[in-house]
Amino acid sequence: MNYVGIDIGSTAAKTIVFDGTRIVSSFILPTGWSSKETAGRIRDQLGKAGFDVGSDDTRTIATGYGRISVEYADKIITEISCHGKGGSALLAGDGVIIDVGGQDTKIITVEKGVAVRFLMNDKCSAGTGKFIEIMANRMGVDINELFALAQKGHPIPISSMCTVFAESEVISQIGAGKAREDITAGIVESVVSRVALLASRHEKPEKYILTGGLSVNPYFARQLSHKLGQRVFTCEMGQYAGALGAALLAAEKLQ
Amino acid sequence: MLNLPENFQDYSEARQQGFIKVKELKEKGKKVVGIFCTYTPEELILAAGAVAVGLCGTGDESIPVAEKSLPKNLCPLIKSSYGLAVTDSCPYFYFSDIILAETTCDGKKKMYELLSELKYTHVMQLPPGRSGSMALESWKSEMLRLKEVLEQQLGTVITDDDLRNAIRLKNRERKATLDFFEIGKLKPSPLSGYEINTIIDANSFIFDTEEKISLLEERTAQLNKDYQENLAGKPSRPRILITGCPVGGVRDKIIRQIEELGADVVAFENCSGPKAQKDLVDEDKDPYLALAEKYLRINCSVISPNPGRIEALGEMLDEYSIDGVIEVILQACHTFAIESYLVKKFVTEEKRLPYLGLETDYSQTDTGQINTRISAFLEIIAL
Repeated sequence: MNYVGIDIGSTAAKTIVFDGTRIVSSFILPTGWSSKETAGRIRDQLGKAGFDVGSDDTRTIATGYGRISVEYADKIITEISCHGKGGSALLAGDGVIIDVGGQDTKIITVEKGVAVRFLMNDKCSAGTGKFIEIMANRMGVDINELFALAQKGHPIPISSMCTVFAESEVISQIGAGKAREDITAGIVESVVSRVALLASRHEKPEKYILTGGLSVNPYFARQLSHKLGQRVFTCEMGQYAGALGAALLAAEKLQ
Repeated sequence: MLNLPENFQDYSEARQQGFIKVKELKEKGKKVVGIFCTYTPEELILAAGAVAVGLCGTGDESIPVAEKSLPKNLCPLIKSSYGLAVTDSCPYFYFSDIILAETTCDGKKKMYELLSELKYTHVMQLPPGRSGSMALESWKSEMLRLKEVLEQQLGTVITDDDLRNAIRLKNRERKATLDFFEIGKLKPSPLSGYEINTIIDANSFIFDTEEKISLLEERTAQLNKDYQENLAGKPSRPRILITGCPVGGVRDKIIRQIEELGADVVAFENCSGPKAQKDLVDEDKDPYLALAEKYLRINCSVISPNPGRIEALGEMLDEYSIDGVIEVILQACHTFAIESYLVKKFVTEEKRLPYLGLETDYSQTDTGQINTRISAFLEIIAL
């Protein structure tokens, strides 16, 4: 039996295939403008790799904002439960999962392997991946370049809580001829502060783990650890936490 | 899925039906008093021979116009209510002879200043807390001042007998409302929270109190019968209590969503909830003192401190066999947003129940995000 976990986020669509003992396939596609089309592309790619989502020996769970667009899924579960499950597998135990996604930032406390409490950012996109993306655009760099620049700078504080206003602050910093390194360091610092503030509303765990798109960047995790005063773990599969959780829940619930 | 009776009228239908009734009443010479809040002593309006009608806005259509005068970052209920008044698009505002309001939250009381440019508005000075040495006396004197204002503005005389009769009538209405709310204690619940909330809010558009009482009694009896005959002993879905700000403007986005996603909203701990109905006006005391006492006991977050709300919540969590609490905070409502810290602590630490806070406004822009949060909350409850 193969268990497929599909996590269609606002920016990236992550897929994991789990055979009951190990991960046999994983890939990421950009979400694009239509989750339905993305779901179709995922099915095609799975097919090419030899996994037929329509067959009797495959079980599929979809999660993420595009979860309802995966018509061939056997079940849909929210990204909170899936990130809880996947994050706890990556942590090999209980703790708090910090997922910084494209649209939402989630703080999920996991006990005995399942999500028991969660907090999410309010409507606004400050403190999410979207904020970094918009600012990178404004600076004319990609996200990795932005982090690389930021590491060399001294943060210029951004005071505004709102992405739109923060963007105009950044524009005036650019206009004032401030160093790109310092501006980008300020941008990262702003997201780190917002995420840390949200995380501090949950009880301090033994372990933190960072998942989601920003978890691939060691600099971000380092800054977050610094702010929280406790190490925030990352791992290679961090971006796949939701998809992994979905696949593991499929193995658990859909026999 | 949502289980609604055949003849169910949604809020906007009930609101529209009331337009004709209020017009007829006006033509017969009845005076109409527009009100906003549970702090309004409706007994005095009844005793003045007038009818009260709720003017709280629940839609976002009127918000853009309101934002021409009011700040954008303000509670949607305040903006929506003001927008309806200023565009003259609400027949109830149009037909109101006067507006009666109270100094509750900062946003509302300052909005009333703007509202008074449009129509005669009397604002009662509500004390900011119950513990001040003069709180009760000053609130009682506000009741007496209101009597004079109503007499002058509506050209009538309010006798003590009229007032005592009105107090008795409103107490009967409270009992009928309470019995209706308490149907939610039955497990599984025979009615949806969507219906409970719609009926309670739409009751503001029924101007004959006796009619209101008999409609409530009739529905309560039906529901009891339905439970006994068809539901007793059957399994229940997770039972949710709603607390926080008034939810009229987010009824579809939140209450309906919760029930469509697989749980039952069985109780409301907010301004019009059962706690306020259980608490009657003393029929034996001086009526003005009795009114002041009753209306100062309301557990709104504008009152500081407000321990009665936590007490009421605790009782309700037990009596309604609640599985999870969802608190609704309207954007920029500081008093409820701050108090939510105490509510969350009480619910999760003392009562050991799951808690979800949702901050939202009247727009549809966060429907997806709200849906994800509610779904995840219900997944956690189901574990």
